[in-house]
Amino acid sequence: MFGTMSYKTQKKLIIFTFLLIPVGLLLLFTYYPAAKLVFYSFTDWDGYSPEKPWVGLNNYKEVFSNPDIFGVFTHNFAYFVMGLIQNAVAIYFAVILNSKLRGRNGFRLLLFLPYIMNGVAVAFMFGYVFDTTQGSLNLFLQSIGLTKLGETSWLGTPGLVNYSLASTGLWRFMGYNMVIYIASLQAIPRDIYEAAKIDGANAWQTFWRITLPNMKPVIQLNLFLTVTGALEVFDLPFVLTKGGPAGASQTYVQRVVDTAFAYSDYGLASAMSIVLLFFVAAVVGLQQFVLSRGGSGK
Amino acid sequence: MNAKKFNVFDALKYLTLLIGVFVVLFPPYVVIVNSFKADEEFNTASTMALPKSFFNFENFRVVFERGGLLSGFANTLVIICVALVFNILFGTMVAYVLGRFEFKLKKPVFGLYLFATVIPSITTQVATFGIIKSLGLYNTLGAPIILYIGADVIQIILYLQFIRNIPFDLDENAMVEGASLFRIYRSVIFPLLTPATSTLIILKTISIYNDMYTPYLYMPKQSLGVVTTVLMRFQGVNIANWNLISAAILLILLPTVVLYIFLQKYIFEGVASGAVK
Repeated sequence: MFGTMSYKTQKKLIIFTFLLIPVGLLLLFTYYPAAKLVFYSFTDWDGYSPEKPWVGLNNYKEVFSNPDIFGVFTHNFAYFVMGLIQNAVAIYFAVILNSKLRGRNGFRLLLFLPYIMNGVAVAFMFGYVFDTTQGSLNLFLQSIGLTKLGETSWLGTPGLVNYSLASTGLWRFMGYNMVIYIASLQAIPRDIYEAAKIDGANAWQTFWRITLPNMKPVIQLNLFLTVTGALEVFDLPFVLTKGGPAGASQTYVQRVVDTAFAYSDYGLASAMSIVLLFFVAAVVGLQQFVLSRGGSGK
Repeated sequence: MNAKKFNVFDALKYLTLLIGVFVVLFPPYVVIVNSFKADEEFNTASTMALPKSFFNFENFRVVFERGGLLSGFANTLVIICVALVFNILFGTMVAYVLGRFEFKLKKPVFGLYLFATVIPSITTQVATFGIIKSLGLYNTLGAPIILYIGADVIQIILYLQFIRNIPFDLDENAMVEGASLFRIYRSVIFPLLTPATSTLIILKTISIYNDMYTPYLYMPKQSLGVVTTVLMRFQGVNIANWNLISAAILLILLPTVVLYIFLQKYIFEGVASGAVK
């Protein structure tokens, strides 16, 4: 029956039926919540009562003026720092594993392994590593003679806890970045290297003048992902420290969730979400701008 | 590379690689050895020591019995399978329409999908929560399933990139033979999108298996645990019993690690092609 229709009718029918549900879901679960979020952010809604009192910009004023809220971003900063280190380590291993090397597949396999591990299981695994008295990290440090360092409370010291947590992120995602960098290295044409060799370039010059510039778009992409990732951290501190000690490892998203679901302040939580959304959109916008200006195809 | 000579740089390369491997394997090593230790052995022996026997499965038995691990695995599997089927279906359908036809609303629809990648779904949860509740999906498997299907656009982006490389001649040839547009989708486009589909399956399976946020928020009910929430609950009632928790961690890690060993080639390819847009 379908086959007897003209292609024009078929086309209309296909467009309509194929898009109806997917676009409906997109509107329902992405745009409708976003629109509602904007509305809530101007109200004092508590999450359940029928009336939603309008408070204008009050929630936004609170987000930016209350150092308790905005200051949480300083905790996220640790994840950004560790993210940068993570990318540097990933580039290093990618370059090494892209050269001729015995056992490189085995090394790649092992270094990528953490990425496919379940995040919550990894979090608890590191809970064990960082445990002050029974933890393997402190026992290891003591066994190599660093007794004083081996008494550190990695997750209980306010200044340190975010870096301990963020290093778990480094452990888990370094291999992911590495695999992406390896793929970008393999896309560099071999003859450029041949030419450089003929011109007498040494290994360092080759890396600095050929490898790195050719990896630039991918490095940029990964760095932007590092920024947005650092802004959106949630799982790890939530599972491992519940934001403690005394809120020292609470991240921004965790604060949003608490504000909404624990303190029933949906209005303020919505305004906080909008602020985060704005930051992420700004970073992604900048990324598109920088990457398209780089003129690397598309 | 000619005559193999001992080289300081090569030594340095291997040294750093070995340090990297040590750092990667150290935490899982501790978890593995302690998961086989009975309570008494755990309290007396060193954390780093090998267990007396690798055949002491007592801890694993306790995890299965008390932790509700089986239903956790079952729920996770159901969610992954249903979400994947619809992701593949809707992803290929939208890519077919947007990649092959010209129509008035094409640009706006395309724009909606592109802009959606900018909106992190973690920021809109406060509002999404109300929608899930009013749909009556709160505390059902339907909540994570519909969110993984509806609130994620990666599959559309992935398929759209891929469909561009399928030559139009194939569609035209099929039309000359009188195939309907639906048939072209089903018998030409869909099969040729298989590489993208396998990438999608890998990326989605990993991300759903790992997701804690969605099931934690939308399915607090005891019987609806998935691997992540089951593990969290188990840890909550067995704090500091690291030998038991280690056994639970190991059981949760095992499925993806086994898949990884068998599918490593596809996983590397999937990750690389999923990231480089």
